[in-house]
Amino acid sequence: MRHIRFPTSDLRPPASERRVLLGHGSGGKLSADLVEELIVPRFSNPALDALGDSAVVAIPEGGGRLAITTDSYVVDPIFFPGGDIGDLAVNGTVNDLAMAGADPLYLTLGMVIEEGLLFSDLERVLDSVKRSADSAGVKVVAGDTKVVPRGKADKLFLNTSGVGLVPAGFVSARENIGPGDAVILSGTIGDHGVAVMSKRAGLGFATEVRSDTAALHRMAAALRRLGGALRFMRDPTRGGLAATLCEACRGRPCGVEIGETVIPIDPGVRAACDLLGLDPLHVANEGKMVAFVAPERADEALAAMRGFVEGNDAAVIGRAVETRPGMVVLLTRAGGKRIVDLPAGEILPRIC
Amino acid sequence: MKYIDEFHDGAAAGALSAKIAAAAGRIGRPVRLMEVCGTHTVAVHRHGLRDLFPPGLKLVSGPGCPVCVTPADYVDSAIKAASLPGVTVVTFGDMVRVPGSRSTLVDARASGADVRVVYSPTDALEAAAGEPAREVVFLGVGFETTVPSVAGTMVEARRRGVKNFSVLGAFKQIPNTMRALISDPALAIDGFLCPAHVAAIIGSAAYSFIPAEFKRPCVVAGFEPLDILYGVLGLVTQLAEGRAEVENQYSRVVKTGGNALARRVVHEVLEPADAVWRGIGTIPVSGFRIREGWRDQDAARRFDLSVPALVENPGCRCGEVLRGSLDPPGCSLFGKGCTPERPVGPCMVSSEGSCAANYKYSRQE
Amino acid sequence: MCLAVPMRVVGDPEGSRATVEAEGVVRVVDVSLVEGVVPGDYLIVHAGFAIEKLDVADAEERIELFREMARLDAENPGTEKGG
Ligand code: SF4
Repeated sequence: MRHIRFPTSDLRPPASERRVLLGHGSGGKLSADLVEELIVPRFSNPALDALGDSAVVAIPEGGGRLAITTDSYVVDPIFFPGGDIGDLAVNGTVNDLAMAGADPLYLTLGMVIEEGLLFSDLERVLDSVKRSADSAGVKVVAGDTKVVPRGKADKLFLNTSGVGLVPAGFVSARENIGPGDAVILSGTIGDHGVAVMSKRAGLGFATEVRSDTAALHRMAAALRRLGGALRFMRDPTRGGLAATLCEACRGRPCGVEIGETVIPIDPGVRAACDLLGLDPLHVANEGKMVAFVAPERADEALAAMRGFVEGNDAAVIGRAVETRPGMVVLLTRAGGKRIVDLPAGEILPRIC
Repeated sequence: MKYIDEFHDGAAAGALSAKIAAAAGRIGRPVRLMEVCGTHTVAVHRHGLRDLFPPGLKLVSGPGCPVCVTPADYVDSAIKAASLPGVTVVTFGDMVRVPGSRSTLVDARASGADVRVVYSPTDALEAAAGEPAREVVFLGVGFETTVPSVAGTMVEARRRGVKNFSVLGAFKQIPNTMRALISDPALAIDGFLCPAHVAAIIGSAAYSFIPAEFKRPCVVAGFEPLDILYGVLGLVTQLAEGRAEVENQYSRVVKTGGNALARRVVHEVLEPADAVWRGIGTIPVSGFRIREGWRDQDAARRFDLSVPALVENPGCRCGEVLRGSLDPPGCSLFGKGCTPERPVGPCMVSSEGSCAANYKYSRQE
Repeated sequence: MCLAVPMRVVGDPEGSRATVEAEGVVRVVDVSLVEGVVPGDYLIVHAGFAIEKLDVADAEERIELFREMARLDAENPGTEKGG
């Protein structure tokens, strides 16, 4: 009789093909394995390692007010030139805190995973979360994982909530903006949107443009030193620079005038927008901020921003004006003027 | 971008603006010009070019874009196609927000239909080749500029033997539509900025009936700010000198005879036909239909896409807007019942539709 | 109605396809509607198809004309006004 030898290893697929199963979100053994294997080793810190129902954390000495924010991240594709959904989920929430004047402290991480996502992809995203959180100096202290059947989600959705501390006395509010205030933009527009679109099926173009995803809290903290001369900060994400400026002055007694020739933009972004018929003012950013600053302190603010890599290309792009209250007006390269409006719905390529 | 950025120079724009004012001054009366093409409309707004025209010069927008003039029942048919099991509708981005009689393709997608946006009809063909089990219907909307691309894709589909690719056609032709516009006595237009990328295909000579029959000057101009200003300068100069000719100022792209090869490809697959223009009605020989020999790629014959006859919103005055006889704010629905987010008529649909462009960019002081 | 942009052909076309580039944006386009496409040509690209070649000499001439206008205007500002 022939001796039949069974393979000695288990029947699990090779590591490169391992996929997330519905069971990984069941709350049972597989769930626990996933947390033990992927989450705890990466993000280990006392608050997280306790694996309690809530993370219990200390508020740093010195007082101030808490800033709390939450945001969900869905992006197709989840990996794109210059980053991935993990970077976005950390930097996006850190930036929301930073724009409120907060020093970010803690994040939570919620994941909705589509059944069948490759483990290797999930790990790659978690590595990005870890790297971005470390470089921003924030701790991931709590999390949650759900797995939904194939087709009920698109690969991976993330949610991060963030907690930060705002120093006593600091207020960033659009109500502070007054005529004459300088509008300073921290760098080029449209990079993120174009990078993501270049990877989307159906558009079929390639570009060297990379997402600008970055945490801005250090730059924002530097600007806070201007005190009341820093009127308002905001990071233009979806809807682009146009949406941020429109929101800043909507319903207010002053408007904003910006100059097309002074808005920093990568030639590759402009070319992609020309090709697809998009207005770069509407295209998303993930690592840019706009600051409204008292005119006499504008140079100082600009220098402060340029001191950071993510603010190297910062420029004064315009000012708040009394004419046309509530509106954003662009002085065009050709020497005309036009109203800048919010994008209507989804940003779609046009050929006509 | 090379050969785009050079045509944006502010100093040259200022110089052209002064020349336009001087020439317009020599005409000695107010002047109304029409840009027929929606891409010109958008460029004029986007670059704020109206600020560079003298007060007596008005540039009105014509029946701009193939999306605006696509009838609502075409959209209804496209939605019907998208709702059929196993059918994917693939389209240019411009079409998905166009309202049919009740809803848009965006709404259809939200209720589960497979609607995809592409940049090129070749991307739609690739989708079909990649998913042979699905039927891919491409929405063939466009003027002469776009029609060869769709026809070329149909030829390619046949060559490659891709059987699950078809086209729902709503092709349009410009010259007879301009003829219909110009023949309207309510129309008071002194000269025309002619669609330039259309001219790349049909040739600048295709507009020669306008000066010959209607004694109006025409200029074929490019789409960058300096091109448009130079085109307007050409028109006011002709008017000041009492001339009416077709002037091709976009000779870096447009030839007198156009692109014969592209027209041959169109001719192989399509034949001239009457077409319905939303807000205007049927215009003789202002479109194309798919030839009998290509019926296997004609979605309208391959599937039952018949829909009930449509009811137009009686408040919508797009017909007049498209003829240039009404400015968008003159419509009582403008900015109230009708906005770019919830468009009523075609002119509010595409971002370059006259009403949408006017709503978005014009000074609202 | 018809957005089209000039893009430069990089590499030899393969059959009806050619790779075009502008400012690092790269796309494969169909060149079956234009005769005699060679590397270095600027094509007018619309919806993924080249619909014409751009005549570079003609373009340069026009750019020069506009430069000249700007220069003259800078030297004699306002001479055209009020005519
Ligand atoms: S504003 Fe709306 S309803 Fe009025 S003409 Fe324009 S598209 Fe039609």
